[in-house]
Amino acid sequence: MRHIISILIENESGALSRVAGLFSARGYNIESLTVAPTEDSSLSRMTLVTSGNDEIIEQITKQLNKLIDVVKLIDLAESAYIERELMLVKIKTTHETREEVKRMVDIFRGKIIDVTPNSYVIEMTGQSNKLDAFVHGFDAESIIEVVRSGPTGISRGEKGLHL
Amino acid sequence: MKLELSGGQILVQCLKDEGVEFVFGYPGGSVLHIYDAIFHQDEVKHILVRHEQAATHSADAYARATGKPGVVLVTSGPGATNAVTGIATAYMDSIPMIVLSGQVPSPVIGSDAFQEVDTVGITRPCVKHNFLVKDVTKLAETIKKAFYVATTGRPGPVLVDIPKDITDPNIKVPYHYPEKVSMRSYNPIVVGHKGQIKKAVDILLQAERPIIYSGGGVILGEAHQELIELTRLLGYPITQTLMGLGAYPAPDPLFLGMLGMHGTYEANMAMHESDVILAVGARFDDRVTGKLSKFCPYAKIIHIDVDPASISKTVKVDVPIVGEVKPVLEQMLEMIREASHQPNKPALVEWWKTINDWRSIDCLDYERDSNIIKPQYVVEQLYEVTGGNAFITSDVGQHQMYAAQYYHFNKPRRWINSGGLGTMGFGLPAAIGVKLAYPDSDVACITGEASIQMCIQELSTALQFNTPVKIINLNNRYMGMVRQWQEFSYQSRYSQSYMDTIPEFVKLAEAYGHVGMRIEKPEDVRGALEEAFAMKDRTVFLDFMTDRTENVYPMIEAGKAHNEMKLRVAPSTPFDSELS
Ligand SMILES: Cc1cc2nc3c(=O)[nH]c(=O)nc-3n(C[C@H](O)[C@H](O)[C@H](O)COP(=O)(O)OP(=O)(O)OC[C@H]3O[C@@H](n4cnc5c(N)ncnc54)[C@H](O)[C@@H]3O)c2cc1C
Ligand SMILES: Cc1ncc(C[n+]2csc(CCOP(=O)(O)OP(=O)(O)O)c2C)c(N)n1
Ligand SMILES: [Mg+2]
Repeated sequence: MRHIISILIENESGALSRVAGLFSARGYNIESLTVAPTEDSSLSRMTLVTSGNDEIIEQITKQLNKLIDVVKLIDLAESAYIERELMLVKIKTTHETREEVKRMVDIFRGKIIDVTPNSYVIEMTGQSNKLDAFVHGFDAESIIEVVRSGPTGISRGEKGLHL
Repeated sequence: MKLELSGGQILVQCLKDEGVEFVFGYPGGSVLHIYDAIFHQDEVKHILVRHEQAATHSADAYARATGKPGVVLVTSGPGATNAVTGIATAYMDSIPMIVLSGQVPSPVIGSDAFQEVDTVGITRPCVKHNFLVKDVTKLAETIKKAFYVATTGRPGPVLVDIPKDITDPNIKVPYHYPEKVSMRSYNPIVVGHKGQIKKAVDILLQAERPIIYSGGGVILGEAHQELIELTRLLGYPITQTLMGLGAYPAPDPLFLGMLGMHGTYEANMAMHESDVILAVGARFDDRVTGKLSKFCPYAKIIHIDVDPASISKTVKVDVPIVGEVKPVLEQMLEMIREASHQPNKPALVEWWKTINDWRSIDCLDYERDSNIIKPQYVVEQLYEVTGGNAFITSDVGQHQMYAAQYYHFNKPRRWINSGGLGTMGFGLPAAIGVKLAYPDSDVACITGEASIQMCIQELSTALQFNTPVKIINLNNRYMGMVRQWQEFSYQSRYSQSYMDTIPEFVKLAEAYGHVGMRIEKPEDVRGALEEAFAMKDRTVFLDFMTDRTENVYPMIEAGKAHNEMKLRVAPSTPFDSELS
């Protein structure tokens, strides 16, 4: 099963490689990893998407917790949560296709943020499967570039992940 | 006014403030400032090894024997890479150790400078934690954190990488060594969950075929007294892992011997047939469990471990208890004493009857009237000559297993060996580290002619620092353990498990300034040992010419279960149907 793990980790050099190294050393699957400082600059927040059966996920969270730099973590998939991913897509356009592309962007509630005579850059956020669906709506030739941030997530309700 | 010190002086002062007696190390460019600070004092003694690997093994063994963290100092680049094997050895066996490594000056890090390697990167997977010091004003605090992390929770090695500019003698800063540190990201759990312990006690008291399976965690956690008390209070059989030996006294009738790949018949059979297992500070290693799908099919498992990640890692357990063994066992003892019902006596009587049947096949028996020296015989004689009171270090191979099986350890911290990584070369430097800690005790290194050559240069260290240890070389002219596997699994194709030239160890010992003895006949074994141990102030290399073809039994081969042991002699009693 797919799990999203949110991690608060000391903002130290090497902290990221400890997490990445753990996954490669123990052969855990890592689908995506995002990381950025938090409002408290001594902490970073990571969002890690992985998959595995319950035993593997249990070991992953235990091993992550065991890393000295990890302050706290939660497996978002354990309760209700919201997940979003940011995508930037560069698409070839011609005079004939421009309107159609724009309509697609509107349907998916994206934004066109750069325009040249022959291309658009589209910004879109959403759940990963929505982004997939958007990309699949175009034929491969018309896509110049796709950049995705990997999902980040937050739990629903009042509770939060903090110190 | 506050004391102002340079980085090098700060390091040495921190070690003094930690009460460190010995630093095992080897100098080089990036640590010269530190060595100069060492030169100016004599409180912290520096033990100059002959190879950085040995520094780590000596420090590691010092820690295993004393419970205090071992300290290592190496230079950057090759000094640090040479230390990696020893760091990994300590890591696998959860040994508290501090490794101080020099690094190239901060401004040139990343430029492929002379003797630069990414030490923090290389060691990351085999340390509990590591630090790169970036600011001399943070040095003392970092050292304190290193000691704190290494010695608390599940212990382990911690490395501190120190760029040369940090120890510059011209830059002095106020010195303050914090009494305590706290880290918001590191809070090891000490006491166990009361409800879980209660649940465990209930299951334990209802057991009909119980067994206690204890490991290295009991020794690391100084909980042998509590373990002994609990075992005797319940009257349950107990088995121990290779790393746990000595916590419960081996000569005691409740002790079934070691379990696992080369464990006793009774210990492995009792594990297999048990209905309740109390695992204490043991980590269900593959050498212990054998084939996982056939592991202890009837048992409910209670597991006490300070590291949550050890629990249900390979074997799913029924009652996990996260906490230090000592307080958890204390809580258990209290609950058992106050419990309304007591162990099931009639069931226990039956259980012990079965166990004693298994015991009666005497699985560790060997040919005692051979006219070739049997390795087991040497270990038995060593046990007698030293009154069972010596510190025994070992290398890796058959000799290690004979040591574990035939030296009946009756105190913790007396059996010093590399279990998790299985590092050949460990034994001799380990013996030196132990002898420094306990100069008045007998220290012997049980080794093989292949292993001893992996750190043989330490004979020189032994002379310089006057550590009169006895080297018991069980010389079978084979990498015996490898040869045994090749005999069993590769139709005796002894590929590269034999060396054509083995040095004359007697001369080698003499060349290093020690005493060498070669023993060829069984009747000379006892006398040689007595003579060697009578030479209190000499390192003696005893080269025993042992049976080349001897194998370690019992053995659980790969993919087999506890009840499928290979024995020296198959039992003829009714329970032999359980054997494959
Ligand atoms: C050639 C060879 C053959 C071997 N054959 C065997 C064999 O037949 N049988 C055998 O048993 N081993 C054998 N081994 C050793 C084996 O590889 C493992 O090293 C060993 O089984 C592990 O022992 P352990 O489970 O006690 O764990 P250790 O490695 O000692 O780990 C200790 C456990 O206790 C926990 N712990 C630490 N401190 C505390 C505390 N204060 N409180 C609570 N928990 C704590 C740790 O988290 C860890 O889970 C062999 C090794 C070699 C090299
Ligand atoms: C550094 C290292 N290399 C290889 C091995 C694999 N190995 C395990 S036991 C062994 C043979 C040891 O031979 P010896 O020291 O003579 O001991 P014996 O088994 O003969 O008692 C080898 C090569 C190891 N454990 N460590
Ligand atoms: Mg040999």
